[in-house]
Amino acid sequence: MTAAAHSRVTLRVQLFASYAEALGQDVLELSLDEPASVLDAVQRIRALPGGDKLPQRPLCAVNLSQVTLGAPLKSGDELALLPPMAGG
Amino acid sequence: MFLTSSPIELAALIAEVQSGDRGGIACFVGAVRDHQHGRAVTRLDYSAYEQMAEVECARIIAEAEERWNCVVALRHRTGSLLVGDVAVAVAVAAAHREEAFAGCRYVIEEVKRRVPIWKREYFADGTVEWVDASAGDLERSRS
Repeated sequence: MTAAAHSRVTLRVQLFASYAEALGQDVLELSLDEPASVLDAVQRIRALPGGDKLPQRPLCAVNLSQVTLGAPLKSGDELALLPPMAGG
Repeated sequence: MFLTSSPIELAALIAEVQSGDRGGIACFVGAVRDHQHGRAVTRLDYSAYEQMAEVECARIIAEAEERWNCVVALRHRTGSLLVGDVAVAVAVAAAHREEAFAGCRYVIEEVKRRVPIWKREYFADGTVEWVDASAGDLERSRS
């Protein structure tokens, strides 16, 4: 095993509204094997207690911009899981 | 700052966009409605992903201002609002009314679609629900 095989992506995840309520928290820290995608993070979050209430493919944003689930994650990113928007 | 926890004053928004070369000012004001799908509503609590909401509002305004050669002022409330309270207001000024109306319509529709804001609805019967606008659209499209 090389050192690279142990590389981890650590990031901060923000949850809002019904998703925060489902998980019982609005911020969490995740550590994923590299390379990691948004979908990897979503799957990890959905495995947490209450996470099964989240959709399999929620709307996500990384560093304040909407992204697709295939988008890559790097350490220090801020991932946000966004329930259906309801402004206005 | 486009999000505010204070009451929204439409006159202040109009003053922000008014100028001698802009003869048309279109406004939209969204207020808390006393019913939703036939059920009586008493109040709404608004929350937001504030950093992203600010960025997204700025993007929407830049798009409208470029497309219709207009100037846009926008505010959206956060916190607890009662029936009749203003939740969102848009004022758009342009040389002529056509651009002002078009820009105003664009901004409010994009705000509802793209800005990460959520609301919790308090019904008169004591129940409380997160509003899912996408589910509402589905429901309306079926009716």
